[in-house]
Amino acid sequence: MKETAERAPALSAARRPAFKAGRRRVGGAMAALAALLAALLLVSLTLGRYGIPVGQLLQIFFGKLTGAEPTWPATVERVLFSVRLPRILCAMMVGAALSGSGAAYQGIFKNPMVSPDILGASAGAGFGAALAILNNFNLLGIELTSFAFGLTAVLLTCGLSRSIGRRMNAVLVLVLTGMVVQSLFSAFTSVIKYEADPNNKLPEITFWLMGGLTSSTQTQVKMMLLPFFGGLTVLMLLRWKINILSFGEEEARALGVDTTRVRSALILSATLLTSASIAISGMIGWVGLIIPHLARLLVGPNYKTLIPASILLGASFLLGVDDIARTVMATEIPLGILTSIIGAPFFLYLLFQGRSTWE
Amino acid sequence: MKLELCGVDCGYRDRTVLRGLSFTVSSSEIVCLLGPNGVGKTTLFKTVLGFLKLQGGKILADGEDVRTWSRKKYARTIGYVPQSHTPPFPFTVFDVVAMGRTAYLDAFASPSQKDLDIAEEALEALEITHLRDRIYTEISGGERQMVLIARALAQQPRLLVMDEPTSNLDFGNQMRVLAQIKRLAEKGMGIVMTSHFPDHAFLCASRVALLSREGFAIGPPDEILTEQSLRKVYGIDVKITTTEVGNGRTVRACVPVLQ
Repeated sequence: MKETAERAPALSAARRPAFKAGRRRVGGAMAALAALLAALLLVSLTLGRYGIPVGQLLQIFFGKLTGAEPTWPATVERVLFSVRLPRILCAMMVGAALSGSGAAYQGIFKNPMVSPDILGASAGAGFGAALAILNNFNLLGIELTSFAFGLTAVLLTCGLSRSIGRRMNAVLVLVLTGMVVQSLFSAFTSVIKYEADPNNKLPEITFWLMGGLTSSTQTQVKMMLLPFFGGLTVLMLLRWKINILSFGEEEARALGVDTTRVRSALILSATLLTSASIAISGMIGWVGLIIPHLARLLVGPNYKTLIPASILLGASFLLGVDDIARTVMATEIPLGILTSIIGAPFFLYLLFQGRSTWE
Repeated sequence: MKLELCGVDCGYRDRTVLRGLSFTVSSSEIVCLLGPNGVGKTTLFKTVLGFLKLQGGKILADGEDVRTWSRKKYARTIGYVPQSHTPPFPFTVFDVVAMGRTAYLDAFASPSQKDLDIAEEALEALEITHLRDRIYTEISGGERQMVLIARALAQQPRLLVMDEPTSNLDFGNQMRVLAQIKRLAEKGMGIVMTSHFPDHAFLCASRVALLSREGFAIGPPDEILTEQSLRKVYGIDVKITTTEVGNGRTVRACVPVLQ
């Protein structure tokens, strides 16, 4: 082995430019994604029934920072800080959380066809949250119950698919077991709805299940912050290892990864992100499936860049779709319905495109 | 580096497949495992790599019991080259080779420039630098096998465990992979590999372990692979011939006799 080490440098230096070019392309894509998010953020702040021009917006933020006397109407400030900003932050966090966890799930389960929805995490978390709403739990209670049931659902799905099919098509078995778990928890949710008081609880649960950020408040933003940054930090720290996990249990171990520990940490974080999102926004489908695929088209499959790219793109996507939801029609379109309407055909398009984002 | 298997029993949970197997692999040696399907070659591999619990006996690396090792230490000592396969995502060849550096990274790190240089060297050592920016899932089976060997080299182990490195390869690629394995052994790597072809053992192995349901025999290929032993283990008639290949070298080969 010594000999190769000695003659290597000259050769590798010659090969380096092509490699650097590849890295630059990825760097450019990341910068573009960050710029897109920043631009969307600015536009979203101005949009709404109560339009706020960019100039006034900058004036308010600048004034707030320097502590200057307000030269703007108090209504504008209230709209901006109590209504619009919380909603925008929630949209960005939920989009980022669902996409980041979707990308992570795909790697952990070495299966490009899974997402929080397909693994049953969403249905489980949804049931947990419905149960909590029925029992008048506070927001923290909703978050915790939805996490507990989201985790139960994921573990159920992967445990079942493991014991069913070692020799069968693993990708398919996992998706099918996910569907079973998903429909099981949806049925549980229906039981809750059946039990709920049709005058107040039932509409509350139903609207919430449709998915939306209409009722986003500063409290919700605060409740989401901890699971959001906690979960994303773990995903970011372990993101390179997800590459290794996608090669399968034995290879990952042979390459020196303590698979049990890394995988558990990742599943816990991804599920925490999913259930925290669902606790504040209800069921918002498709984001966790299509955004990772789109991000993979842009920056390639390496999780080192795929996770941050999915996070940025997911935040932009949901922010953009929520802008549509709250501005296009006189009454709001539920966000979950919009993401499905956009997501389903887009995923079909990816399928027709021919498996370019997976094997 | 010396890996010793002392009276190893291995198998799955309640079923022991192999009993009392003992052999050693030292640096620069190629040990080839031969035997019919289902005799336990893969089980033995999985046990040596620590995927399956050792059911009896000991595995020692330079005298140390490997059961006490962490996954990282394992990976730095014993590299694994699986059968060529396709992962679910279209990684580039270079990304795949760089993954060989995992055992040297801190818990939250990704490969540094130094790790990437080592990955580059591994590609150069196998003369496959032209593949570096290709998509791993789109190259041929023979190329994929080479990439997996490169990944194991980037791991800088002292021993390589190769699971049927020639499976699914065309004749030319089989020989190119064998030549590469031989070169690695010449540079000091100890190698354990499985094969379905006694000829491969004749071509490159320093020792052969012939496994059968009744037991096993270990020794130099010329002694272990005889017409009698192959007939007994595989249940077919074979003739062993010796051919001159130039420079006074001779190679043995195994010719099956079809009824």
